[in-house]
Amino acid sequence: MTEDQVQQIVIEIINEIAPDEETTDLKPEVNLRDQMDLDSMDFLDIVMELRKQHSIEVPEEDYPKLASLASCGEYLTPKFNAK
Amino acid sequence: MHQSRIVITGVGLTSPNGNSLEEYRKNLLAGVARIQMIDMRYMGQVPAGVCDFDPKKHQTRKELRVGTRAGSIAIYAAREAIASSGLDFENYDKSRIGVYVGTTEHGNVETENEVYNISKFDYDTKFWTHHHNPRTVANNPAGEITINTGITGPHYTIGAACAAGNAGLIQALQMLRLGEVDFALAGGVSESIQSFGIFAGFKSQGALGTHETDPNKVSRPFDKTRNGIVVSEGGCMYTLERLADAQARGANILAEIIGYRINSDASDYVLPNPERQAECMHQALAVAGIEASDVDIVNTHATSTPMGDIQEIKAIRAVFGDSPTTYVNNTKSYIGHCMGAAGALELAGNLPSFQDNIIHPTINIEELDPECALPNLVINEPRKVDAVKVILNNSFGMLGINSALILRKFED
Repeated sequence: MTEDQVQQIVIEIINEIAPDEETTDLKPEVNLRDQMDLDSMDFLDIVMELRKQHSIEVPEEDYPKLASLASCGEYLTPKFNAK
Repeated sequence: MHQSRIVITGVGLTSPNGNSLEEYRKNLLAGVARIQMIDMRYMGQVPAGVCDFDPKKHQTRKELRVGTRAGSIAIYAAREAIASSGLDFENYDKSRIGVYVGTTEHGNVETENEVYNISKFDYDTKFWTHHHNPRTVANNPAGEITINTGITGPHYTIGAACAAGNAGLIQALQMLRLGEVDFALAGGVSESIQSFGIFAGFKSQGALGTHETDPNKVSRPFDKTRNGIVVSEGGCMYTLERLADAQARGANILAEIIGYRINSDASDYVLPNPERQAECMHQALAVAGIEASDVDIVNTHATSTPMGDIQEIKAIRAVFGDSPTTYVNNTKSYIGHCMGAAGALELAGNLPSFQDNIIHPTINIEELDPECALPNLVINEPRKVDAVKVILNNSFGMLGINSALILRKFED
């Protein structure tokens, strides 16, 4: 699985948990919170959906690695590929 | 002690048969009940009253995803009430507004849903949602109103079983009189139809109503064949103000609250106590400073259970037996039992009587139970009278909580 594909998975999760947000023009390098109205509970939702839908665990100390789409791709792709 | 006069200046509601006071009243006068069969987890089909308001009218999709159904109902009713009050809400000091929401229970729905959710993951609690606690804290529906509206005054729920709708209004009246707030949103809400436990509990108790063919005939208070309640969702919120404030802003005053009382049976967890119910009504009349014969309408709490209806009629006979001009009706025959919203919603159904002098009937009576017979029970057809000036609204609940609220047509 490529980083682009993983980024797309994250976008699909964001579409579910923040249905009012526009996700088509997200800039991968920019923090998600600077582009959308996401709060800390929303990030917990992303963690929960990764767990439920993809059996991916993100330990609390790694939450900062979910800050942008690019960092999500970089951090999560090895986890997807290790499944 | 001088006490401010407290008036109602707005109402917003969602009921199984109407999403505005106008639609609801029209259906009450036309005899239109709206109960449907819904699929209940673990139980199959059960009759229930379901509201079909548009939640997206006042909430974002994210709010709907994170919040609760009770919160959504509360927000809809509160927003509609604010609009109906004509208050310049955007420019009003929101720290001076209080939110008082009556609930029968809260948290059953969300807890059941999460237990069901983790059952899909072998009961691994790491799949339990982090939204659980904010969804299930007892103040949730009132708190959701404040988040949605930006109100920064006090908010909380009043847990009062099925007397909660009246209790919400009484709390608001008291806070206005104490000067704690200048404007209050008050009433009751229920999301109970999403909890299988509530239906299963009533069923185990032998109190869940049935009808062979027609869900709209399940809720039939005072009918000889009645066999239990219909659980419904719904919400009704009012705006309350001190009379002087309402007049100063030129508000349209819908009614004045002149009397109220909450008391306790102190006798049984479930079975109502007609002596205490009668005492509650007597004390509310005393607070209002009126006689039983001054009351034009008594809206009964009767839920269509075999025992409960008889008990309430005994209490009404004790209080209003000598009053030839007091008419008695019931609203649950149309909408089922809206639990925490029941008292507030049923009161709203009667409010327009102050203008049109028509009393909506209780419907679904094919054969009146002689034990529930009263000379002035309004049955199946609306009753037009010369003038409706005073309404008494009964709302009772488990653990023996009784409430009676008395409204008078506003006269300066």
